[in-house]
Amino acid sequence: MSRSLKKGPFVDEKLINKVIKQNQTGYKEPIKTWARRSTIVPEFVGHTFMVHNGKMFHKVFVTEDMVGHKLGEFSLTRTFRGHSSNRAEAVTPA
Amino acid sequence: MPRIVGVDVPNEKPIWIALTYIHGIGQFSARKILTELGIDMNIRAGKLSEEEVTKIAQTIDRDYAVEGQLRRRVSQDILRLKEIGCYRGVRHRKGLPVRGQQTQSNARTRKGKRKTVAGKQSVKEMRG
Repeated sequence: MSRSLKKGPFVDEKLINKVIKQNQTGYKEPIKTWARRSTIVPEFVGHTFMVHNGKMFHKVFVTEDMVGHKLGEFSLTRTFRGHSSNRAEAVTPA
Repeated sequence: MPRIVGVDVPNEKPIWIALTYIHGIGQFSARKILTELGIDMNIRAGKLSEEEVTKIAQTIDRDYAVEGQLRRRVSQDILRLKEIGCYRGVRHRKGLPVRGQQTQSNARTRKGKRKTVAGKQSVKEMRG
């Protein structure tokens, strides 16, 4: 057992409280958050988060497959506009 | 030539090395299997008795994902990363290194052969 497993998943407390509240009321609304370091726990499935990337908020709809990843993994922080030669295939993340 | 889980294993090598010819069995798990079964790992693969070969095959079948099964599992894991759109998945999609390596230079294994950009000056030209 690695040390990180012993410590258990980290989830931002305010965030998990918000999710639990939404689960109880059944009312779902995108949650704006800066807590990129939070692990996605099973309770999050079906919720939508607006995850900050330092500049803007990316909409992340959490599915079952995402459990165990961190929220930040789904909100990229870098803009790659492509090289001069391959403008066409350059993808600019919205 | 003993066949174990559908792979021909070379006769003339010690069995713990011969087992590593199976995709998914490295030196560590090869040793582990043999100690578990109490088989001398320095015997040549061809000298094993029929019975020992079956025992090894059974153990591998039971406890290890090998060959096609393992390959399928790995590609499914990658597919999953691609589908959920996380950072690692994006890197897989773009064919770039996934684990934070630098890409300004090197990273040729992932990026493939150099694609020369037309009109870009090489170092040599700039010196000349």
